[in-house]
Amino acid sequence: MERFDAIVVGAGPAGSSAALTLARKGFSTLLVERGRAPGVKGMFGGRIYAWPLADLVPEWAKDCPIERLVIRENLAFLTEDASLTVSFDSPKLAQGRGTSFTAVRAKFDAWLAKKAQDAGAMLVTGIRVDDLWREGGRVRGVSVAPNDHVASDLVVIAEGAASTLVREAGLKADLEPREVSVGIKETVELPAETIQERFGLGEKEGAAYVYAGHASMGLRGGGFLYTNKASVSIGLVVSSEDLSRKKVEVQDLQTKFRMHPAVQRLLRGGKVVEYSAHLVPELGAGMMPQLSTDGVLVVGDAAGFLINNGYTFRGVDLAIASGIAAGEAAEAARSAGGMSKVNLAVYEKFLRARNVLTDLERFRRAPLYMKNERLFDVYPRMLMEIAERMYTVDGSGKERLFDVVLDEASAAKVPKLKMLLDLLHGAGSM
Amino acid sequence: MRVIVCIKQVPRAQELQVDPVTQTLKRVGVPSEINPPDANALEMALRLKDQHAAEVVVLSMGPTSFDESLERAVAMGADRSVLLTDRILGGSDTVPTAYALSETIQKIGGYDLLLCGEETTDASTGHVGPGIAGHLDLPQITYASEIRIEDGKVRARRTAEDGTEWWETTLPCLCTVNFGCNRPREPTLTGKIRVERGGVVTHWSCADVGIDPKKVGLFNSPTIVAKVDTVRLPTRAGRIFSGEPKETVRQLLDSLIADGVISP
Repeated sequence: MERFDAIVVGAGPAGSSAALTLARKGFSTLLVERGRAPGVKGMFGGRIYAWPLADLVPEWAKDCPIERLVIRENLAFLTEDASLTVSFDSPKLAQGRGTSFTAVRAKFDAWLAKKAQDAGAMLVTGIRVDDLWREGGRVRGVSVAPNDHVASDLVVIAEGAASTLVREAGLKADLEPREVSVGIKETVELPAETIQERFGLGEKEGAAYVYAGHASMGLRGGGFLYTNKASVSIGLVVSSEDLSRKKVEVQDLQTKFRMHPAVQRLLRGGKVVEYSAHLVPELGAGMMPQLSTDGVLVVGDAAGFLINNGYTFRGVDLAIASGIAAGEAAEAARSAGGMSKVNLAVYEKFLRARNVLTDLERFRRAPLYMKNERLFDVYPRMLMEIAERMYTVDGSGKERLFDVVLDEASAAKVPKLKMLLDLLHGAGSM
Repeated sequence: MRVIVCIKQVPRAQELQVDPVTQTLKRVGVPSEINPPDANALEMALRLKDQHAAEVVVLSMGPTSFDESLERAVAMGADRSVLLTDRILGGSDTVPTAYALSETIQKIGGYDLLLCGEETTDASTGHVGPGIAGHLDLPQITYASEIRIEDGKVRARRTAEDGTEWWETTLPCLCTVNFGCNRPREPTLTGKIRVERGGVVTHWSCADVGIDPKKVGLFNSPTIVAKVDTVRLPTRAGRIFSGEPKETVRQLLDSLIADGVISP
């Protein structure tokens, strides 16, 4: 039987980061990917916060397949036909550890997996690992078919949101609808010059948009848009509970979102060249599996490491950081005598050292806050009415801003105390 | 028991392209695969390995890009592979190919059973398998869809035009395998790891094998491709019937009857 010190299942950002770290620390490492190449099955909105890459590959900026460095953040509220956008522009957004960039997963994942291979990890693609291989009740490797087992002291589960191995390992029960959203994304092709002109960007500069309100047609969720080199990634993340309860098809929502005047303006003349959809872990710290057991560590989306606090969507950075932490934990466990549950528990400490668990815990209440349906319907509408009255001059007599706000707040038919509580609750959880 | 399977790498069937100028098959820059009937022969060998603990050696002749298919064969479960690769083999038709492969098979030696696909999807001659049997003076059973090895004998079901025949012969022998008679297995994780570890393909030149350069290559091939015709597919009518389902089905049927596709 083939044997390795460690087997990593899934060559996404979490898996390749774990494999790279493990290989560097002298573990013979096998990285197994289900797709025919790393990244072909990967799906995400489109932006990566770079900070953990600086730790993993200090020279990352030299050859990392970056589409554009994000220099402008936009938060847009939509009603049926109007939009209100808050835009933040700063060169600081693209400097130092705070840098973020847009990327295409097929290129980025291939790049990171290659780094792991260069460090000595063996990459095997086109194989789906269905099961853990056990001996004497303990995980001893992975199993693909009845006569196809590969042994290892450690299995790192990096399978993504719909991980079956996490359940196989007994670390988590089945996913529940409330724990996941559906992410849907279209890639719209546009010439690089058009993107630069339309979005007011330099050659290497990019913009990110978060859409709230009518983007998801009153369902809990939101929209996003990222500029790549010669394409735009646009999509929605919508509560799967709401989709099934209201019997709405997510692709219909996406089409309507794309046709919204404020969005359409940005995509004019573009051609949809790619379409993808994926589960998005939604509850962060509230849905975390047990992160380690005898011979097993869980990283990335499989561990629910995703933060959506309403204005930043983080997944890939937490995935990379957790991959590094898994490698560090394996090294510590090896020094302590082996990959036992007790020794691997140190993984949490390394996750905390990189602020992964700390950030997840800090925003633990954000998903609950964002379950509040008023956020997706009443408040954006109110905001838009206020903006409309602020900016409309038609000789019918102007009101002071304060009166407009009070008037609209009453018209929204939500008790003022409730509004105040929503506001405070939001500030506290986001 | 040692089973040697001869395979060829061919352009993937769905991606076949004919060069409009030279009228020959494009082989460069198109995705390749193991010739599908050869994949059936390989699967048959692997099943014999499962039953009889045979050693399966895969053999091919061609450029080093054929490593891809030989590695896939090992990842599926073959024990090792040999590629006969030499520039002087370029342009060989089925006559030198059968000669060169039979010499290579003798160098591998110790074989009990030789398996080939019934023909290749890129040339469809079906000559090479029987040619090898001729050179090695072996009994052969062509178009085998099932092979049993019992008491040192081979029994094979042969697919004939109007039925099936059961043939029996002694080992060693050669069988060509019926296209589509089984479903070739997928590569295993263990197999792919073996390939990654390296050393699963052995390259031999004509000199390594002792092949006579005067018997191979374009100038020692008796056949030439004089002309290739491409079949032009008729354009589709592309008619769309709309309205009530009952009505449109009626319209469709009437139109098929009118065109003589079906009878009333």
